[in-house]
Amino acid sequence: MTAIPTETTHVSRTSGIPFILKKAFLSACVALVLFSLMIGIRTEAGPDGQLTFWTRFGDLASIVGVVFGGSILIELLRQWIGPSGAEKLVPPAVQQGISLAGRFLGPALLVFTLFVPVIFYNQRYILDLAILVLTYVMLGWGLNVVVGLAGLLDLGYVAFYAVGAYSYALLATNFGWSFWVCLPLAGMLAACWGVMLGFPVLRLRGDYLAIVTLAFGEIIRLVIINWQDLTGGPNGVSGIPRPTLFGIPLDNSDDGLAAKLGIDYSPTHRIVFLFYLILALALLTNWVTIRLRRLPIGRAWEALREDEVACRALGINTTTTKLTAFATGAMFGGFAGAFFATRQGFISPESFTFQESALVLAIVVLGGMGSQLGVALAALTMIGGFELFRGLETYRMLVFGMAMVLIMIWRPRGIIGHRAPTVYLTKAQAISSDLVKEGHG
Amino acid sequence: MDYFTQQLINGLVLGSIYGLIAIGYTMVYGIVGMINFAHGDIFMIGGFIALISFLLLVSLGLTAIPLILLVVLLVAMAVTALYGWTVERIAYRPLRHSFRLAPMLSAIGMSFVLTNYSQVAQGARVKPVPPIITGGYTLHEGPEGFAVQLSNMQIMVVLVTIVLLAIFTWLVSRTRLGRDMRACEQDQTMAALLGVDVDRTISMTFVIGAALAAVAGMMYLLYYGQVDFFMGFVAGIKAFTAAVLGGIGSLPGAVLGGLAIGLIETFWSAYFSVEYKDVAAFSILIIVLIFMPTGLLGRPEVEKV
Repeated sequence: MTAIPTETTHVSRTSGIPFILKKAFLSACVALVLFSLMIGIRTEAGPDGQLTFWTRFGDLASIVGVVFGGSILIELLRQWIGPSGAEKLVPPAVQQGISLAGRFLGPALLVFTLFVPVIFYNQRYILDLAILVLTYVMLGWGLNVVVGLAGLLDLGYVAFYAVGAYSYALLATNFGWSFWVCLPLAGMLAACWGVMLGFPVLRLRGDYLAIVTLAFGEIIRLVIINWQDLTGGPNGVSGIPRPTLFGIPLDNSDDGLAAKLGIDYSPTHRIVFLFYLILALALLTNWVTIRLRRLPIGRAWEALREDEVACRALGINTTTTKLTAFATGAMFGGFAGAFFATRQGFISPESFTFQESALVLAIVVLGGMGSQLGVALAALTMIGGFELFRGLETYRMLVFGMAMVLIMIWRPRGIIGHRAPTVYLTKAQAISSDLVKEGHG
Repeated sequence: MDYFTQQLINGLVLGSIYGLIAIGYTMVYGIVGMINFAHGDIFMIGGFIALISFLLLVSLGLTAIPLILLVVLLVAMAVTALYGWTVERIAYRPLRHSFRLAPMLSAIGMSFVLTNYSQVAQGARVKPVPPIITGGYTLHEGPEGFAVQLSNMQIMVVLVTIVLLAIFTWLVSRTRLGRDMRACEQDQTMAALLGVDVDRTISMTFVIGAALAAVAGMMYLLYYGQVDFFMGFVAGIKAFTAAVLGGIGSLPGAVLGGLAIGLIETFWSAYFSVEYKDVAAFSILIIVLIFMPTGLLGRPEVEKV
């Protein structure tokens, strides 16, 4: 692919009211044709299998109207901002302030997270949401090893999440093993699957790799659905034991934690415990990633991301580099899966669809590939934003898809798009994303 | 033997549908170098447009089946092509010179938008249609009473595929547009310098791919008698598998790959298990990519340093 900008096509843009109106009118015409059949006419199968339909011209008219108005608005905005882009909107002083605040954002966020169960102790909903966000932060950091550091596009990450969840669920329900025994096992099993996926795709690059991982994720899901004897098929596995504090159950029984400590039992104890558990797991992921980045293997990952051919020319063994990246990422996915299983108490194949993979990938890319803080912020925004639409179940994915498209257009490099070097001479300087040319790794 | 022949016919028909979708993938990949994730959903939209326009025509009192089918075909192709154009315009054109993950993610986003848009607009339930083209021929009556059937519907699917492929091959090899497309496939910058309107050519690629996917959607609707909002995802992956199997970027390869995937899927369902047919199709994708990364008819990839 060439990277020569072809801005010439936009130079001839004229301004003025007639131009804007003409453009908006054309957009409205396109919208009218697009939506005329899909929105204007609603079909439904009747009780006897006969299709009926009725018209919704009011909805059609309002959508076309919105497109017309929106087109005028966007064109006006574009002319107001001008060709220099969004730079004009934010004055340099504010930008400096933001970058200064960015330095303290990470630690501040961590301290705040530590106190979340204290501040929101009585708000069960917020605690649940916080656990959900942290699960995605962990998944994001895990996938970040594969996509962000090694540059291997993985569209089937949810497969490892599923392997972890099912490993824990099946081991715990069939053999009665405790969470703390199963957690490393789940991680190891997921890592094994990561290596198994890694082997066939070693020779593939870029988009081919993406599609193979997607196929792999689907295969795992289909096998889980169809292997009814082992996995319970679409019914899933229920009755998964809750985690214990190293053998002490968190319930209101006589040998429960509350009774041992001599305090009143409250179901919130378990939620708080789960919160700190996932926080610890996420921080472990983060710590391991940061440590690995400084080791030769981490540097090899990053070299692979930037240019595979140069990487091989320098004598880096791309096979082991790719395999370790897959295995490490998969292992964290497995941990997260085991946590998911113990939190829910019930798992079914529905939790491991392609949408989940896409969501985690979107978090990694939106966060800025390879940036730990960016991934955490992206998980917070995406899962938090996703929650806002909980009431509108069907519109949720629609809005999510649109957001994905718009965010990519607005900031293709993610929230934190610059690269922080791992090795430097005298002074570390962040590398702007514009200077980074990614290889086809 | 009769059972085998019957499965062969069924597989070829299914393969034709996959082949038609696969052309859209292979063209876009050849020219822009990205997987158009939303293409499977364009196919699904095509099926819906065909269904709705069919209902409208019938309710208007038209009774001549060939005329209805022709009008439905044209409407579905035109409207779906406009969908393809809009998708390219909104989600892919602004990202053409961005880094390679960005267009892929916006394509996945667009796929979600299209899936859920049709769910919101048309409901989540399966939409059935009564069989429109009935009748057929019995090719061979076996001694055990198993008859090999070739329905008129199946003949139509294969015929339409062949005719469209002929038109399409002519378009790519003989017309100005086809020459521009091949030039863009070679080198976009160079083509632009030599006076090829790259933006327009890429738009036209999406339009043609979407129109062919619409035909596939209509054939699917007529053949299986139903559409639903989620059918684009699996059909899309299988068609992509077909494109990869045939060698991505190669048009005859896409059709060949489509036929192969259709046959494999049908035979797997017939002789092994229906539940694992998608697993079989996806495994083939992985196996092909390991042993033949460039597919059956693909050219070896040149590494640019």
